Amino acid sequence: MTDATSEPPSPALAARSVTKRFRGVVANDRVDFEVAAGEVHALLGENGAGKTTLCNVLTGLYRPEEGYVEVAGRPVRMHSPHDAHEAGIFMVHQQFRLVQSLSVAENVVLGWSRRRGTWFAPRKVEHEIAALAEQYRIDVAPRAKIWQLSVGEQQRVEILKAIYRGARILIMDEPTAVLTPQEVDQLVATLRAMAAAGAAVVFISHKLPEVMAVSDRVTVLRAGRTIGTVDTATTSTGALAHMMVGRDVVFEGRAGSHRVDGEVVLQLEDVSATSDMGTPAVVDVGLDVRAGEILGIAGVAGNGQRELAEVIAGERPVTDGTVTIGGKRQHGKPWEAIDSGLGYVPEDRMGVGVAPGLSIADNLRLKSYRRNGRIMHNKKAVADAEEVIRSFDIVARGPRTLARELSGGNLQKLIVARELSSGAKVLVVSSPTRGLDVGATESVRKLLVESASRGVGVVLISEDLDEIFELADRIAVLYRGRVTGIVDRQDADVDRIGLLMAGESAA
Amino acid sequence: MIPLSVRFEPRERLSRWINIWVPAAAVLLALVVAGFVLLASGNNPITTYRQIVEAAFTQPGAFTQTLVSTTPLLFTGLAAAIAFRMRVWNIGAEGQLYAGSIAAAGVGLYLQHLPAPVVVIAMMASGAIAGSLWAAIPGALRAYFNTNEILTSLFLNYIADFLMYYLIFDSTSFWRDLTSASARVFPQGKYLPASGNWPALTLSSVVVPLGLVIAVVLAGLLWGTIRGTRYGFEMRVMGDAPRAAKHAGMNIRRKIVSIMLLSGAVAGLGGASQVGDFRHVLDPRGLEQAQFGYTGIVVAALARYNPISAIVAALGIGVLTNAGLALQGPNFPIGLTGTMEGILLFCVLGSEIFARYHIRIHRTVPVAALHTEATPGSDAPGAELAAVGGREQAS
Repeated sequence: MTDATSEPPSPALAARSVTKRFRGVVANDRVDFEVAAGEVHALLGENGAGKTTLCNVLTGLYRPEEGYVEVAGRPVRMHSPHDAHEAGIFMVHQQFRLVQSLSVAENVVLGWSRRRGTWFAPRKVEHEIAALAEQYRIDVAPRAKIWQLSVGEQQRVEILKAIYRGARILIMDEPTAVLTPQEVDQLVATLRAMAAAGAAVVFISHKLPEVMAVSDRVTVLRAGRTIGTVDTATTSTGALAHMMVGRDVVFEGRAGSHRVDGEVVLQLEDVSATSDMGTPAVVDVGLDVRAGEILGIAGVAGNGQRELAEVIAGERPVTDGTVTIGGKRQHGKPWEAIDSGLGYVPEDRMGVGVAPGLSIADNLRLKSYRRNGRIMHNKKAVADAEEVIRSFDIVARGPRTLARELSGGNLQKLIVARELSSGAKVLVVSSPTRGLDVGATESVRKLLVESASRGVGVVLISEDLDEIFELADRIAVLYRGRVTGIVDRQDADVDRIGLLMAGESAA
Repeated sequence: MIPLSVRFEPRERLSRWINIWVPAAAVLLALVVAGFVLLASGNNPITTYRQIVEAAFTQPGAFTQTLVSTTPLLFTGLAAAIAFRMRVWNIGAEGQLYAGSIAAAGVGLYLQHLPAPVVVIAMMASGAIAGSLWAAIPGALRAYFNTNEILTSLFLNYIADFLMYYLIFDSTSFWRDLTSASARVFPQGKYLPASGNWPALTLSSVVVPLGLVIAVVLAGLLWGTIRGTRYGFEMRVMGDAPRAAKHAGMNIRRKIVSIMLLSGAVAGLGGASQVGDFRHVLDPRGLEQAQFGYTGIVVAALARYNPISAIVAALGIGVLTNAGLALQGPNFPIGLTGTMEGILLFCVLGSEIFARYHIRIHRTVPVAALHTEATPGSDAPGAELAAVGGREQAS
């Protein structure tokens, strides 16, 4: 299945016919994968295709039931990530392993000090780090504390950590999920520089455009199997999508005709609010959302999107201004917003959107449980949940399955289903497709479009500009908590929105 | 030396049976381990275990005595279980029980000339209210000022303790007996007349205290509340994910206060039962030595915060407490029963890890030849692969 372009030099890292099962579920079924020194190799597949499992095998976190891992042509058995580190294999996870109160340099050497003796020489390490950063075009200050850094910068620290510790093979798990477009460009440059210096880079993703942009070769996984490995130069996004999903993917954007004359279902007047740190996060925001439209809210991450969503949902107090949902003035109470007809899909699914230790049935009634008196009708809840699981096509063993057992896509479908099924007039969604695979993204977007055409006013808060352009009727841009402009989609282009995102006023 | 590595892998699903057989196996293991300790101390384990069964169940009056030990532990165990389930760490069942005793004794003495049923019900109500109010202090502090309820509820235990001593030893309070002959020798509380003695249920030779009946009913009610009511649903969501609870529009502060009130009321009822069922007097020394509140935390932990399991856990600890008193003697120091209790607790609580995780033991082999320069094709993969196939696994 794998092609044979890399015959003479052994691949830097390879999985040979790796099988890994979890309680009877085959996560990896005779998977073959190899990455050569000097290349960026994308590992593409939908959520649940087995990408993360494979990487956990490659980094010694899991042991395969069958098959084995090869490093530089030699079969090895690794028993922990420590063994993998010894072999020069490093992984940058989606959740970073950094100590917030320590500096970049301290984090880089943390846990690695035995390589360097007992004493930590800060200046020396800082110099070394600065040199490496320069070489690999990583823009980060060695003396900055982690908590001062943006998510994108923290990711660079993780990469630096790996390089500093002698990574010859770097595995990046969904690295772009947390980045702005500019940061993605910078990451791509860094990864290319590493490949040029002879490292092997594995880039896990389910986003086709960036896979096309960054990789030399692509290996596609589907349902735990290797579908094939292709050269990026000779393939297309369409072909990759077909390999990944097993069928042609067609997403129809919004049909052009949408109502702009619906009643105003959500109104914000001069709303201000502060962040958790007490600094201004939302400043004098005024917005009207009409029934049947999708208002996109664009902006670089951290410009007040989260706070704005929480203010609308009543989860964050306003310091000034008013929020009106379905004609009812709000007083900063989440239940009041829910009762006024707000559906809210928060950015954090696990732990905010759902309670992970509760069943699907329980999570589905999280917003509506108040309506039926003091006694909970458990049987009815289970029956209702079965119906939702069927109609929203959620993959789960049953209504009693715990939410934490669901994959990201199914979890998001569960949340959207819940928010829509309670008859919402307004639906606020934050990064609704972040981290979701093509199939799940497709169905979540479809749900949003459908609900708008049924007369729900949708507020789509997303850092994914493509998504906003695809779905929104109007686009509002947030910069440092202010709305720098509201543009009709017909009049919008990426350049203009980009300028607004950078703080240029619309006027 | 055989290099071994032990790994814990979380179980993806918890089956119902695992919650039965793991603790059962743990109890069995505890009996075996404690057996060795008994042997080492010169006691025959079989004889000792037979004595425990006799002292707890089969001797005349033994089971009645076991139920006496069980009753307060079930109250305090339930009090801890419902609070802990919501991640409200009420360590104050001890003080709430004292508060309940003080109130129930006071009310029982004050209303002593009313008909017995009125007095009994008034004692229960006052005990529950007093425990509730005592718990309201750390509850409100936690809800509105975010203070640590572990510390505040713990410190309030000492205050309640001192208050009891003050009422009986250091003042001429309404609770103190100032007239009887024995009270002149040593300070003591006033005994309640018959109207304040709670009736008990007699089943052939076993006497079931009214408090135990109430506690068991309460366990069932609490279990039903958690499973089948809006209140219980909110408890479960908040216990699992406080931010999801906020997102769902639940009033977390009010809920924290209300769960503390409930927890305190249950513990306070336990205090009332101490006065009404057993002691018929406010007895600071007896209550302090018994440490029902703290043992209740152990009961809650053993029961995994499940009210129904708390009945079993309280009975188990009740058996040990009662048997410990009976076994005590020149060849059997009280410390030995304490050791046996400790072994039991260690095994049962430690077994939690077996219920939550698969435990796999692997033979470790050092990573071979990773640092040498790779020479492609020079190795025979077969040898290594044989080792891969021969990997050991046990759970």
